[in-house]
Amino acid sequence: MYVYQEHDQQLLEERVAQYRDQTRRYLAGELSEDEFLALRLQNGLYIQRYAPMLRISVPYGLLASRQLRRLAHIVRTYDKGFCHVSTRQNIQLNWPSVEEVPDILAELADVQMHAIQTSGNCIRNITTDEFAGVNPKEIEDPRPWCEIIRQWSTFNPEFAYLPRKFKIAVNAVPDADPALIGVHDIGVQLVHGANGETGFQVWAGGGLGRTPMTGSVIGEFVPWQDLLPYLESILRVYNKYGNRDNKYKARIKILVKALGADKYRELVEQEFAELKDGPMTLTKEEVERIQSCFSAPAYQTEDTAALEAKLAEDKAFSRWYHTNTRAHKQAGYRAVTLTLKKTGRVPGDISDEQLEAVADLADQYSFGVLRNSHQQNMVLADVAASDLYDLWKALDALGFATPNLGLITDIVACPGGDLCALANAKSIPVAESIQRRFDNMDYVHDLGLIDLNISGCMNACGHHHIGHIGILGVDKKGKEFYQVTLGGRGDRESRVGEKLGPSFESDQITDVVENIIKLYVEKRLENEPFIDTYERIGMDPFKERIYG
Amino acid sequence: MGKVIIDGAIADNQWQRLESDALESGVPAQGKIIVPLAYWQENRDTLIARGDVAVWLAPGEEPKDLEDDLDSLPLVAIHFPAFKDGRGYSYARELRTRYGFKGEVRATGDVLRDQLFYMTRCGFNAFEVRADRNIEEALQGLKDFSITYQGDVNDPKPIYRRA
Ligand code: HEM
Ligand code: SF4
Repeated sequence: MYVYQEHDQQLLEERVAQYRDQTRRYLAGELSEDEFLALRLQNGLYIQRYAPMLRISVPYGLLASRQLRRLAHIVRTYDKGFCHVSTRQNIQLNWPSVEEVPDILAELADVQMHAIQTSGNCIRNITTDEFAGVNPKEIEDPRPWCEIIRQWSTFNPEFAYLPRKFKIAVNAVPDADPALIGVHDIGVQLVHGANGETGFQVWAGGGLGRTPMTGSVIGEFVPWQDLLPYLESILRVYNKYGNRDNKYKARIKILVKALGADKYRELVEQEFAELKDGPMTLTKEEVERIQSCFSAPAYQTEDTAALEAKLAEDKAFSRWYHTNTRAHKQAGYRAVTLTLKKTGRVPGDISDEQLEAVADLADQYSFGVLRNSHQQNMVLADVAASDLYDLWKALDALGFATPNLGLITDIVACPGGDLCALANAKSIPVAESIQRRFDNMDYVHDLGLIDLNISGCMNACGHHHIGHIGILGVDKKGKEFYQVTLGGRGDRESRVGEKLGPSFESDQITDVVENIIKLYVEKRLENEPFIDTYERIGMDPFKERIYG
Repeated sequence: MGKVIIDGAIADNQWQRLESDALESGVPAQGKIIVPLAYWQENRDTLIARGDVAVWLAPGEEPKDLEDDLDSLPLVAIHFPAFKDGRGYSYARELRTRYGFKGEVRATGDVLRDQLFYMTRCGFNAFEVRADRNIEEALQGLKDFSITYQGDVNDPKPIYRRA
């Protein structure tokens, strides 16, 4: 992980002092609601349906065990004993009080954590593949680049009052999009040039929410030295020309679309010409300093014979192993996903005691580090083959070993109407109802990989557009309805799904999902995943089955 | 006469910013005035002859529109109708680094303590803090942080290039 220097720590402490004073002035009536709104949002504090929500930044999803323990302490002391993993790899508290937020920030700062720019119209948390650094398919570890971007974006004075929020994701895997860069305001794809030198293909103008769309390539090959000046150029064009009259047209995607990618690129190139080879140019020393924070841990040579034997004799262990763990760069190691999707629990929720238990497991089995995934799960990325069986037992006891990673019950859902003031409809009960319907684990496994995503409104916090099956809460004359999309993806590439047709009432939605699945089962070729069947047969048969 | 923060200290405000309606019957005979860009463009020569004139930019009006005039201007104001409209940050930076403007760059309008630190880093050196706010307290806003990661107008070197 990135190791804080004295100055990084000091910056956090100055931030706590600044925010404490802002809160004091607000409570004393010296700041208006509207003035404080912008300030608290830059600090991840929303005022929600029942209480404020505080979003804590988890840069590119990495959490050290001491940070997990501190989070446990915070949710116990200042909240109701649980928190929530978000689709942007952050952590959210649902019941803090406005008055106590400065104290929470001070507790976080002690362990190098903060809530800086987790909301508001500024550059948000930088995200990446949750398997970054251990993914055998990546060309290079993307995390040092994420950290470099994080520092550049933190309190960047020019880009704190953008037209709208701004999200950047980094991907280092070719021919796949585990970081969803296609649907980010800026997507950074690591590539290697002709001589093996690192560079970036830079995308801009993707986004979900209202008017979902995938981005366009703006920079075909940006040499690594130029990463920050290039990003700065894209941001400056957006800051100057993004729409500020209508918040629904304010994201960079609308500007890129209106100008066209070619024109946008031309404007970026003009800005960039001025910055190129200037003081922002990255130095080899700085990149190496940051890279050295992410060097591989002390892996041991592993003998996998015992593991093979356990896999052969314990069917449940084998199922979990094949579903929830995946290949690792290092021979003899696996990356293990903790599924936070047991039926009956809110997707992504975790309690104080579980945070502590997970911290212990991270220390014991994965070099003290855990990651949040954008599917609202957690990952122990560096587990030795010989530890897998014991870890599985421990996770099973915690309820984090449901063998459903990537399957239909591994549902991504936003907080929806149960907690969120913007919701049109509830999402958590829908997730639960679908999980209950698909309660036969053999059948769920037979169905194979299916991304099912639920958002309670078009803000798309649950990423419904990129679910193979997407469910969106809509409001019809004050009643909760659900619209279904099919064919979205956020796996090999990012793509926005298509609408199935008119929306459904809450008591119909689970049947609709079941009928979609039944049709898939009838039509699929051997071993054909849902999304491939959909792409082969198209929308019409599904429409006919559901509405015919 | 109101007060203004200039170069980190409170001073008397010598300048008066005029909206276009106030200029319908022409400019006041005396006093330092800041006129809208359009008015400046239409009356450039008479204004230069009058002297004591500066220009303010509204969001959407870029420093480029003043490119040829900067040598004759002692001050450019960037107006914030609402503090959340952040275009002015990019304009100030451009004035300083692209056009090398050495005169006063002043923030006017919805100018509040909690934005001053960022504004300073983007090249503003003068602030007409909103009239209903305490300007003494606003001064504190210039000192929110002692650490910065990025280079800025005052020191273009990012942290990894500073000695
Ligand atoms: C309960 C409090 C929440 C509120 C008020 C809220 C509000 C919003 C709003 C207004 C947007 C749309 C912004 C836009 O399109 O410009 C949005 C987008 C988003 N939210 Fe939330 N959200 C909440 C919780 C969450 C949670 C719990 C997650 C993660 C599970 C989340 C993840 C996201 C993501 C990923 C997007 C981005 C979609 C995109 O790319 O446009 N949010 N949120
Ligand atoms: S998608 Fe809508 S309902 Fe769900 S959390 Fe986001 S804003 Fe709230």
